[in-house]
Amino acid sequence: MTASPSIKYKAEPADQILVAPLDSLTLVYQRRSGITHIVAEPAPEILAIMGADALTVEEVAQRLAAQFDFDSTQAKDIITARLNELADLGLVERCHA
Amino acid sequence: MHEFRVQVGPAAFRIGSQWKRPLDQLAELYRDYPVPAIPDYSVRLESVSLLRRFVRPSVAINGDYMLPDAAPLPLAQGLLAAEMAMNLQMALGWRRHLLLHASAVEKDGRALIMTGQSGSGKSTLAAMLGHRGWRFMGDEFVLVDLETGDAVPFPRLISLKNEAIGAMMATALDGRFGPLMPETPKGDIRHLVPPADAIAAMSRPARPALLLFPSFGFDPAVREVAASEVFMRLTQASTNYVTLGEKGFSALTRFVQTVPARAIDYRDGLEAEDLVNRLWAECT
Repeated sequence: MTASPSIKYKAEPADQILVAPLDSLTLVYQRRSGITHIVAEPAPEILAIMGADALTVEEVAQRLAAQFDFDSTQAKDIITARLNELADLGLVERCHA
Repeated sequence: MHEFRVQVGPAAFRIGSQWKRPLDQLAELYRDYPVPAIPDYSVRLESVSLLRRFVRPSVAINGDYMLPDAAPLPLAQGLLAAEMAMNLQMALGWRRHLLLHASAVEKDGRALIMTGQSGSGKSTLAAMLGHRGWRFMGDEFVLVDLETGDAVPFPRLISLKNEAIGAMMATALDGRFGPLMPETPKGDIRHLVPPADAIAAMSRPARPALLLFPSFGFDPAVREVAASEVFMRLTQASTNYVTLGEKGFSALTRFVQTVPARAIDYRDGLEAEDLVNRLWAECT
């Protein structure tokens, strides 16, 4: 799915999730639903850098690129896909402008 | 209605029965266990119908927690029905600990925990080790303390199935065995009373130090198990992980992050014992 430029994403508040890195996989427990999600990178990293802000895909990519060494323009499709997966899990909310 | 009460680890049971014989068998096998004043769970062994109380008597399991489609058992398997009913109360009702379908033994205050599918040998291994220098903690459930992470014993009667019966009769020469119940839904079953030290120390927890996933019937092998795989397998082995919510998540996460895990294949008890002792020395 390609994100429309007007779509912003907002992560579940940090105090509403418990994150436990294991190995290549990370556990994310969501207090609101009581569900344990098992996610792989870069999903935990995306959740961490989003903070409390509503962000476009470009803004998420720029924040990630500032911390990790990659070209943010090339990673846009991957980040969009991960954001939509996180939205389907209920860990990220889609906010329409 | 006849009645019998018993305390197993932190759980107290009251078992009522329309027949005296299964309770006499329980009383004999559990004679060294404490008798609780206030039970956590009530279990009832009742006839399917008035007629079947006397004619080909058939035992239906009822209690605080029930499975609606549980098939009744013949009266000769009344002891098995009682044990199954007690397990059912724990599996469906226990909330004070994270409950893992696993066996455990203890040495030097540290617990070796074994989990796996039925037939993996986890119960027989715990029974065997419990008679060979380890303290038996339980062959069905391990209770993980939600605050400390310790393993709390649940040393109910050891339920031996099929080939394990002969193996343990050869190992536990002074063991007290219940009646042989042939051709139950789980095959031949015979119960064994845990060693005296296991019963005496049933309120003493132990720190989990090693988790094993045994597989019986394969050439000996050892494989490390990744933490994420351990987590997934233990959520499947727990009947109350989801119910406990955040406390269950925290307890299981801590367990997975701190307890080394190995999968072991073995062909017989002595081979398993060698593997266990080697891994125990490496990991603790």
